[in-house]
Parts: sequence; structure tokens; C-alpha cells
Amino acid sequence: MTATGISFRGVSHTYRPPRGQPVLALQDVSLEVREREFLALLGPSGCGKSTLLYLLGGFLPVETGEITVAAKRVAGPGPDRGIVFQNFALYPWKTVRQNILYGLEKQRLPRAERERRAQELVELVHLRGFENSYPAQLSGGMKQRVAIARTLAVDPAILLMDEPFGALDAQTRALMHEELLAIIRRRPKTVVFVTHDVREAVYLADRVAVMSARPGRIKEIVDTSFAGERGAEIAGTHAFAEKVEHIWGLVRNEAILAQERREP
Amino acid sequence: MKAALTRYSPLLLLAAVWEAAPRLGLIDKDTLPPLSAVLRAWMELLRDGDLAVNGLSSLQNLSAGLALGVVVGVTLGILMAWYRPIEILINPLIRVLYPLPRSALIPVTILWFGLGAASKIAAVFLGCLLPVVIGAFNGARGVEQVLIWSALAAGAKRHQVLWDVVLPAAMPEILAGIRNALALSFILLVAAELLISQRGMGYLISSFGEGGAYDAMFAGVLTVSAVGFFADRLYLLLMRRALRWRA
Repeated sequence: MTATGISFRGVSHTYRPPRGQPVLALQDVSLEVREREFLALLGPSGCGKSTLLYLLGGFLPVETGEITVAAKRVAGPGPDRGIVFQNFALYPWKTVRQNILYGLEKQRLPRAERERRAQELVELVHLRGFENSYPAQLSGGMKQRVAIARTLAVDPAILLMDEPFGALDAQTRALMHEELLAIIRRRPKTVVFVTHDVREAVYLADRVAVMSARPGRIKEIVDTSFAGERGAEIAGTHAFAEKVEHIWGLVRNEAILAQERREP
Repeated sequence: MKAALTRYSPLLLLAAVWEAAPRLGLIDKDTLPPLSAVLRAWMELLRDGDLAVNGLSSLQNLSAGLALGVVVGVTLGILMAWYRPIEILINPLIRVLYPLPRSALIPVTILWFGLGAASKIAAVFLGCLLPVVIGAFNGARGVEQVLIWSALAAGAKRHQVLWDVVLPAAMPEILAGIRNALALSFILLVAAELLISQRGMGYLISSFGEGGAYDAMFAGVLTVSAVGFFADRLYLLLMRRALRWRA
């Protein structure tokens, strides 16, 4: 087992709403994520892919099965696993700089070191000049860049991303894909990336774990590594189109199933 | 300038009617002394030091009661939202006490704390407590889960999250609750002082009223409403400044 290897073994999860029947959200999920691998969790909405991520983050208790990170059982949130959410989850009362500094303060780093690292991250996500703006004054893409910088500030070995670009328009999303790939090239990390966008998954990830409609199970794991560096050139290749086609075939039925289930 | 004139023209109209009606004999001068007589009485109260002594006393009791209500109320409201057993214990009490007319508590505080300042502070405190508790509770309960998770993932301990995330996220509703409390504190303090006291604006008003010095009585009433109005304006200004991060 490597230093940041992640392993899910027989993980099931039942969602119990305050009112109404309990729902089996995940059933017997087993999955290995290698160190410094970019793994996408792909599935129709309601398949439990975000739940799987929250379990790994330690935000929800693991009731059935086991999740380990670096051979240690996940028992709660920790700075080894940073998370980025779809709706940014920035502290609206803090400026860009203060948002990025928050994690560094919790790590009890010396002040000068905190300031240095925060400035470095502001540069990394191209937000120089916006250090003292509040989140409400920023565009969606900028907000998500702040959220990524805030998460990277703590330098987690593992990056959890919960449909991080789902709230952005198509152009901004494409730019964010480039930025994310560039960031990970400079600071290699293990990434678990939740999405329902097939092209996004194939474009970013080394492997794509396709999940079935509720209860969520791993249906197939598809290798999506390509020769050469990831980037816009790959998206135009025949190999890329084939992978997208193959995965779309897997997801299609599940998406239809999920939709039928929602319309009683 | 012109906008301000339009905005306050009803007040000017009221002032004009207030001056003219008693002078023209439309209203008895004892029922409503003309505004100029009230202002003259006000100048006298200022010169005598009556206004300073009683105003200061009122302001002290009001600040003490309000401050106590804010500290206890915010703490209680946030703990209620954060710890389920505290909510189970306290929430029913709040629901039962909420419709109670708050001035009905004044005789109780007098019974418990005597005729002096302590009973006034207690009346203001009890009256202010509920709006602050409810504001803090609603604000803290409405904090987005992902904000709390982000803090935990950054390495914050559970109790740190309370201070770092829940309190600032609840601030808009806390500050709105305190604004309600501020308005209530004026009502409760003056009511308590009117009922029984040896000092304060309420005392001043009631003693002039009983002594038949109606122009001075109205001067007292006018002072209380003006201070209440400006306190609210000032508070609103500070509140907007504190919440300037909202778009």
C-alpha cells in the first residue's frame, strides 16, 4: 500500500431522511485509488457518487464496510484530504486572501510562512489584484479558483472534488479544466473527482469508475490514460472519442433508469 | 438635499400642526402644549442638568440590560442550534414565552430585584433575550453544511468551527435580532421607569406629568423618541458596515 493509496472495501450506505423511508444509496462498493492517480467517479444524479466522496472525506460515518487512506481507516475529516464543492463553499465574510489563509491558520504555521504561501496560491490560481475582494464580488470561475487555492493551501495529499465545475458556464469550465491539469502537474496529488459529465471525466481522469443508478454500485472501471500529456490535443483524437463513446454506452442505460425512477 | 426634504416633510408638517393647533385654540394647551413651549422646557431641563442625570441613568441601565441580553442570547441561540439536547430543553420554553407581553415581566423583576437599577436592567435583559436567541438560533441553524465541512477538512476542531464558521455565518440574523432587541429595550426601560423609580427618563416623564408640567413632560417624551430613532439609525449604519461583505 502506498502513502496516499485509497481503498474502499464493501462500502454500503443507507440514507435516512428526517421524514420518510430509508434509502439504500450505496451497495457494496469496492474500489482502489492509486497514489497520484486522477480517478473520476461518474454516474447519473442520485447514484450516490457524492455520498461516496463524503464518506471518504470523513464527513459521513462509514457504517458498512471500510475505507482506508494509506492503510489507515477513515474516522473523520482531516487535512490530508482537501475538498472542493460544486457551490464553492467559500466563507462569504472573508476576503479572497482570508479564505486562503484559513487552513494555514489551522495548521499553526508561522505568520510569515502563511502569508508567503497564500500569496503563492493567489498567483497559482491567477487572482492577483483580487486578494481583498469578497466572494460576492467575484464571478463563478473566480470563486471556484479561490476554493481550489484554499484547499491546496493546506497541501493535502488527496484532493476530493464534488462536481467542482458543475455550476460554471461551458467556456469557464473548459478553462478551469486546463487550470486544474496545470495545477496538478505542478503539485502532483491523488484526485477523486465526482462528475456526471462523460467528456469531463475522460478528459481529466486516468481512470473512470462508472456507477450504476441507485443503489450505487461500481459498474465498470475504464482506463482513460492516453499517450502523451493531457490537454486540448487529446480531446480531438480518435482514441478520446472512442473512450467517450464506450463510457456513454455504459452510462446511458443508468441515466434512463435514474430518470424513470424519478418520475413515478 | 431635495430628496431629504421630501422625505422629512411629513415631520415638518407635524411640527407645524403641533405648534399651530394649541395656539389657534383647536386643542387645549394642557392636552398638547405648543411645540415651542416644549422646546423651551427642553432647554431648561438641559440647563438644570435634569436631562443629563436622568438620561445618563437610563442609558446606563439600557446598555447593561441590552449587552447582557446580547451575550447570553447569542450564546444560547448558537448552542441550541449546535447541541440537540439544549434545543430540546430550551426551544419549548421560548415558544411558550414568546407571545407573553414583555412589559408584564416588569412587576416580576421589581419583586425579585427591588426598586433600583437592578430591576430595570433585568426587565431590559429579559425582554431583549428572546429576539436575540431566535436570531442566533435561526442564523446558526441555517449555516450551510459544506462551510462546516470545509473547516473540518482544513483541520479545525469541532468547537473551533463554532467560532470560526457558525458565528460569522449567523451574523446577519444575529444583528437583525439585536436590532429588534434595541427597539424593545427602549420600550421596556421607559415602561419600568414609569411604573416605579427614582431616576431615569421614565421617572422624569411621570413626575412632570403628575406635577402638571406638561411642556416638560412632552420634552421628556420627545427626547426618548429622538434618542430611540437615532440609536436605530446609528445601529443600522454599523450593521451595514459589519455586513459589507454581502453583495
